[in-house]
Amino acid sequence: MPRIVFLMPLAVFLVVAIYFAAGLKRDPAVLPSVLIDQPTPQFSLSPIEDYDEGFSTLDLAGQVSLINIFGSWCVACQVEHPLLMKIKEEGGPPIYGVNWNDKPGAGTAWLQRFGDPYERVGDDADGRVAIEFGVSGAPETFVVDKNGRIRYKHTGPISTADWRDLFEPMIKELENEHQDSASDVVSDSSSS
Amino acid sequence: MIAELGQITLGLAFIAAIYQAIYPLIGVQIADAGAVTQARRAAIIQGALVAFAFVLLTVLHATSDFSVRNVFENSHTAKPYIYKLSGVWGNHEGSMLLWILILSGFGTALALTKNAKDELAARTLAIQGMIAAAFLAFLIFTSNPFDRILPTPLEGRDLNPLLQDPGLAIHPPFLYLGYVGFSIIFAYAVAGLIGGRIDQAWARKVRPWALASWVFLTIGIALGSWWAYYELGWGGFWAWDPVENASFMPWLAGTALIHSVRVLEVRGAFKAWTVLLAIMAFSLSLVGTFLVRSGILTSVHAFAVDPERGVFILAILGVFIGGALTLFAFRGPLLNSSARYELISREGGLLLNNLILVLFCAVVFLGTFYPLIIDVISGARLSVGAPYFNFVLPFFALPLLLAVSFGSVLAWKRGDVGVAWQRIWPASMAGLAMLAIAAWLAKPANISALTGASLAAWVVGAMIVDLAKRMKLFSVTDKQSMARLGALPRSYLGMVIAHMGMAVVVFGVLGAGVWKSEVVASVPIGKTLVIGAYDATLSAVEKVEGPNYVAERALFNISKNGQVRPVMVAERRFYPVRGMQTTEAAVWTMLAGDLYITVGERQPDQGWAVHGYFNPLAWLMWLGAALMALGGVVAMLPGKTTEQHAGRSAMVSNQAASAVIVEGEK
Repeated sequence: MPRIVFLMPLAVFLVVAIYFAAGLKRDPAVLPSVLIDQPTPQFSLSPIEDYDEGFSTLDLAGQVSLINIFGSWCVACQVEHPLLMKIKEEGGPPIYGVNWNDKPGAGTAWLQRFGDPYERVGDDADGRVAIEFGVSGAPETFVVDKNGRIRYKHTGPISTADWRDLFEPMIKELENEHQDSASDVVSDSSSS
Repeated sequence: MIAELGQITLGLAFIAAIYQAIYPLIGVQIADAGAVTQARRAAIIQGALVAFAFVLLTVLHATSDFSVRNVFENSHTAKPYIYKLSGVWGNHEGSMLLWILILSGFGTALALTKNAKDELAARTLAIQGMIAAAFLAFLIFTSNPFDRILPTPLEGRDLNPLLQDPGLAIHPPFLYLGYVGFSIIFAYAVAGLIGGRIDQAWARKVRPWALASWVFLTIGIALGSWWAYYELGWGGFWAWDPVENASFMPWLAGTALIHSVRVLEVRGAFKAWTVLLAIMAFSLSLVGTFLVRSGILTSVHAFAVDPERGVFILAILGVFIGGALTLFAFRGPLLNSSARYELISREGGLLLNNLILVLFCAVVFLGTFYPLIIDVISGARLSVGAPYFNFVLPFFALPLLLAVSFGSVLAWKRGDVGVAWQRIWPASMAGLAMLAIAAWLAKPANISALTGASLAAWVVGAMIVDLAKRMKLFSVTDKQSMARLGALPRSYLGMVIAHMGMAVVVFGVLGAGVWKSEVVASVPIGKTLVIGAYDATLSAVEKVEGPNYVAERALFNISKNGQVRPVMVAERRFYPVRGMQTTEAAVWTMLAGDLYITVGERQPDQGWAVHGYFNPLAWLMWLGAALMALGGVVAMLPGKTTEQHAGRSAMVSNQAASAVIVEGEK
């Protein structure tokens, strides 16, 4: 057998290794950390049933806020829900809701039954915005800074301990940050 | 204190591994008589240290010491005790330590083997030491399981609830025993290449290790599949998930290896090819480890997603796989086999088997990494998924079944199609009968599924017929037949059992994969869902509180043709600490198949989303896998392992020519 044949396995391996090395940089699994410190994806969601206002990227400017992905079908969201209500009552940061993959009216009925902790709610019935955010399941919560950048992503329900030890200190810190001039925000968003 | 002791133990193990890697290699080169002894001692000491470190981590988990990050992140005081123990390897750091424990365990086992006292063994232990050193460094520098956190948290974050299952307690250890077992064969291959001797003696030493690893991997994969079937609650057993493929690819290479190493042992042929397979089997295990730990592909099973760890493992891959293949590129051409054989022969059949297995492995590899390749080239995100794999599977599985039935009755060296056909023609009747039965009963009537069932029946038939002929069943007295059975070579018996097991797996896979019936509906209490021939009536849904979860438990009254059958219980659990849900499927296994029910969310119309399956013959998958593993064990047993017919004369002629590297060929 020609010697060159014996070099083939090595050659194949080298090609594979190069792809592996390149793949480490373009990792689909680290999407969440790719979004960190990036401006939120641009979106404009229509209101859910019986609500007048939807939710869009423009609502986020100038304040530290939370974006919460929820659905009436999601049991874990119910577990998290009382905490969100408490945050609202105690004057915490505004929480924006993205009603993910819900049937028309289901989100509204859910909020009427358990209470509405949200500043505004957008209807993401086809899940497009959730995809842009790289959501893997509900609930998921994003902390957005004054400049509209995502600073933290929390997967699963927020526990009281998470809120006390993680969210509160982070939000306090973010509120002390200076807001960039408006032009920066715009240029950032357009480049993304 | 225990955590610090653990740190120190790992450090000492690392030093022992370095010594084990370097001293024997040099020692053998300068003909130091103590090299072998030193290698064995180092391997045993290293193994003992790693085992001690593992015990220490287990103690930390058992006592819920949350000052240790690894325990804090993966445990909880309310967690059942058994999962506190299995939680040791239910996370990245702990499972890596288990990986190394098994690696060192294999090294220690080799060091304690009686006939491992030559240069080859010394070199093999050195290579094993190198692998251990690399992974210990990985553990110590990127994934230390003994890290502390300050201040000490009062409560832990709990183990991923999907992993709180008896399946997890036993599935990874078996899988790793298989994966990591291939390290010994890899080390043997590299040592053989360094020493320049790949011969029948080499094959005799390697074969038991190859079989043992293959048996463990077979059991590990079957357990993983069983776990997915019962715990993930989607009614399936194999999703062609990247992590599943990561265990399947080494299995395919390992299956090819246990066949080719047999040819090398008996006939002295397939030298370079066997060495390449030995390198491949472990390389694919390493690739699997890389895939699971680097997060390079997304998967439901993926462990710690950390690119930094990915870079480290990639470096390990580069050194070991790259190094071994470079050595192969230079030394491989010098391995010449003098054994001649005709295309129609046992060798030819095994070559065909090897080609099919390796091609299939390549196709699975491509499918698994295609999303990565596309991502790197164009930045597009896509997933390949099950349809691709299910489409290509028959193209490899069917010829393989054909090769199994024919190949196993061909003679070594030169076979005769006519003789082989005479041996197995009665079995083809079994195949035809099965075809008729399947075509009548099975819906949907899928051509490749029907062919598969027919061929699988043929394989079972061929094995039984061949075995009966060898026992001279019915032509001599029963007692004499049994005596003949006892006198048959273990390797032959093992082959018969494993091949029948493979055919049995095919039936199970066809039943649960192709011929299952499936219904989904929103079922209110008191209403009935018809699943195949069974009526499932939802009688109640209760709230239940477990130790660390709350659950909704749905009770189903089952009946068939008005006859009442046992009540089935399906659960949906919510684990508040992690905020995750799991499904506990209700499974009732009968001879004809599994009745399988899962319960989902409550629907707006007051019903529950209920998913019902009838999976015909599903249990045959587990039985078949067990038979395959048993076949491997039987083939491994000491006893008459040489084929008595053709083997002996071939061996004599080969030994003369087994000066493996013919220097003149350069």
